[in-house]
Amino acid sequence: MKVGKDLMAASAAPLVLAILAEGESYGYAIVKRVRELSDGEIEWTDGLLYPLLHRLEDAGHVTSRWGASETGRRRRYYEVTPSGRAELAEHRRQWAAVVGALQSAWKDVADAAVLGTMRPGVAL
Amino acid sequence: MTAPEASGPAGAPAVGAEVEAEIGRWRQYILARGSVSAEDADELEDHLRGHVDGLMDAGLADDEALLVAVKRMGSQAEVAHEFARQHSRRLWRDLVLDGGTPRSRDGILGMLAFGAAAGLAAKVMWLLAANREHVQDAAPVGIPLVLGVLATFLWWRRRASSRVVLAIGGTAVGLAALGLAYPFDARADTAILFAIHAAIAMWLAVGVGYAGGHWRSRAARMDFIRFTGEWAIYMFLIATAGGALMGVSMAVFQGLGIDIADALFLWVLPLGLGGATVVAAWLVESKQEVLETIAPVLTRIFTPIATIAVLAMLAGALVSGGFEDSRESLIAVDLLLVVVLGLVLYSLTAQSPASPVGWADRMQLALVVAALLLDLAALVAMAGRVAEFGFTPNRLVTLGVNAVLVANLGVTAWLYIRRVARRGDLAPLLRWQTGYIPVYGVWALAVCVVVPPLFAFA
Repeated sequence: MKVGKDLMAASAAPLVLAILAEGESYGYAIVKRVRELSDGEIEWTDGLLYPLLHRLEDAGHVTSRWGASETGRRRRYYEVTPSGRAELAEHRRQWAAVVGALQSAWKDVADAAVLGTMRPGVAL
Repeated sequence: MTAPEASGPAGAPAVGAEVEAEIGRWRQYILARGSVSAEDADELEDHLRGHVDGLMDAGLADDEALLVAVKRMGSQAEVAHEFARQHSRRLWRDLVLDGGTPRSRDGILGMLAFGAAAGLAAKVMWLLAANREHVQDAAPVGIPLVLGVLATFLWWRRRASSRVVLAIGGTAVGLAALGLAYPFDARADTAILFAIHAAIAMWLAVGVGYAGGHWRSRAARMDFIRFTGEWAIYMFLIATAGGALMGVSMAVFQGLGIDIADALFLWVLPLGLGGATVVAAWLVESKQEVLETIAPVLTRIFTPIATIAVLAMLAGALVSGGFEDSRESLIAVDLLLVVVLGLVLYSLTAQSPASPVGWADRMQLALVVAALLLDLAALVAMAGRVAEFGFTPNRLVTLGVNAVLVANLGVTAWLYIRRVARRGDLAPLLRWQTGYIPVYGVWALAVCVVVPPLFAFA
């Protein structure tokens, strides 16, 4: 199973914000963390993470600084801002609403299916 | 596959020279896309190398690791396109990159056709000027027509909706009709004011055409400011070269005993001038890279020079005890404020929004504050004059222009102070300047419509 493109796009910003809320990080580490968190189900096109990070920076949700990697390469580190944390909280509220609605809807479907197996006539 | 190189940093698996070269090529390729800056490329390269290192730790050979990492990075076109969308520094890049095929039309034929139309519109202005009864109408009618053609050209290139061209055409025709309907008298003060302000209002219509109708977008407005500066440079270059060529032609034909003055001034000049407005716009869009490198350099050169000049003027005002002949001096100060505003806008377009506070910002602040102080001196002189002789159209408009500019520069100075004090980014300044653009349009239209009747078309 692979997560669909639209869903991936919608969840990218909240995921990045949540990972940065754990502490300062950089692009490659964020991608690795996403893979860990999703058990490999979410496969980003790595290059597309950076425009997203820069968009978040333009919106003031994250800040960045240039530092050096452990091997001395130039590396850009990102950190979440208070406004980014507020944004993340908002994302969580919205996702909770969506997930809640989906679970209720699926529960109804499941209930109907259960009823259907008890009374075969209704299912048809 | 490759032995670790001695020069490589300790602990990191080193890639071979071949893969190193391959990474360099990959970087070149992604930079060549235009929308990715050197810093973006640094960041992407760090990512790529990080991934290659990780894969090599997992046991892959360096070339295999690179293949996988590049694949994971995504297609370069896709990545570059996303960067272009994120930056939206350049509307045209967006247009060009969208879907991989250019959406804007860049045919030379179209440019020539619109150039010819603009030339003919300018010729209308010349015909009116030649007519003794309508001399005053020439510029009030001609300028909206010429700029209307330019705006339509940009609309046509963008393939924007027909509502956009209706708005452009409505403004151009409305202003030209108003210019024709108003009975300007021989003094023509109000006619000149009308022409200048019709040009400003029409320039915003050009902006609507440039933005392809997305004139509310802040990025599009910023691009239009940039376009304005670059268009002015191209117009200047074309006018200088054209003027020199006309002078040489005159001299040569005079030597041949042929008088070409009429042909030059009645036909070549209007057609060339009108056509140049379209050609300059086309050049700005097609030869983007040329000016993109010149503009920041020009700003860097002129901001210090202008700051020194304004400080010298301020010192002069202190020494002489203020302005004497108030109207001319306030007009001069108005022009100075326009130049200062132009430099502020230009430097804003040349900097990236996240750029740190530097000497350039302090210089801008000094420039704006000095210009405002000078303006205060001119206003004091003007107030005395108005109290003594009352308002004339020129005095009223000069004061109005002054108010529009001072309101902008006052807030600009305040935002620069906050930026320097708090080390903030440029976003508030960009917001302010792009948000202020409609004010110019409202002011210009108000002057066009209200001022001539108010002063009995004097």
